[in-house]
Amino acid sequence: MHIAEGYLPPLHAAAWTVVAAPFVVHGARAAVRRVREEPDTKLLLGAAGAFTFVLSALKIPSVTGSSSHPTGTGLGTVLFKPPVMALLGTVVLVFQAVLLAHGGLTTLGANAFSMAIAGPWIAYGAYALVRAVGGSLGPAVFAAAFLSDLGTYTITSAQLALAFPDPTSGFLGALVTFASIFSFTQIPLAVAEALLTVLVIRLLVRITPDELRRLGLLRPAGPRETKEVAS
Amino acid sequence: MNRSTLITVFLVVAIVALVAIPVLFVPGEYSGSDGQAGEVVESTGYEPWFEPVWEPPSAEIESGIFALQAAAGAGVLGYCIGVARTRSKQKATNQN
Repeated sequence: MHIAEGYLPPLHAAAWTVVAAPFVVHGARAAVRRVREEPDTKLLLGAAGAFTFVLSALKIPSVTGSSSHPTGTGLGTVLFKPPVMALLGTVVLVFQAVLLAHGGLTTLGANAFSMAIAGPWIAYGAYALVRAVGGSLGPAVFAAAFLSDLGTYTITSAQLALAFPDPTSGFLGALVTFASIFSFTQIPLAVAEALLTVLVIRLLVRITPDELRRLGLLRPAGPRETKEVAS
Repeated sequence: MNRSTLITVFLVVAIVALVAIPVLFVPGEYSGSDGQAGEVVESTGYEPWFEPVWEPPSAEIESGIFALQAAAGAGVLGYCIGVARTRSKQKATNQN
């Protein structure tokens, strides 16, 4: 999902930066507010950021004979809602643009939009939908992580297709070309990422149920119940 | 093994299988999809108008920095989960 440095025409690069910037600024404020109001969530916030950091560094082989990397934004979205991930995801992208020449500063806005903004919002929608129809935590987290990963790469395909429409078949033709590179490769990786995210959530449910209750992932228990669970 | 452990084992096996099966059974160059998309862009005659501010001088250094990124993330992740676990355990003991 990294569009390389200089690979978007200046106008597109600027437009995506303008679109992404408010989300990232809002996300930064949301993260600061959360840490100030509930210092106890700092640990899980760190865990969510670290998870994205690890996963986006791993290039993983896929059945198409290409390799690609997961995004890791599903976990943080489920825990902290999309705005916080806009910040955490962008931090990862800046690291990779500056130290790895992976992605770029001119394409930072576009990449932040796909990985740190659109992906998390898709994840949040999927999570909320599964929970609303009565799905339990596991399937909801799976859907969130799977669709945020796949959705991020689909958005990247659309961004490239907008900038480089096919001379004959136009935007749609180019979208098919880019999506066939990204999306098929990404499907098994998105499944693997989703399974891993479920694994981490299950671990968190076991070790910090109180935190997850406070974040709204588990049903709130009354004061007496909380004590029983904790003891 | 109880049901929860079984699910955990299944999840781990499925993740490993998803990653291992392609490399073992599907021939391919395994080039990165980001790079392939870049090639398609280049094939339209487009020339990038901006260069990365700094590039790792070799593939070895690059993979080293990627490893550093993963290691830093894994370290922080382990630390946070470890501290959270200790904290909730202590809370449980205090309440008894």
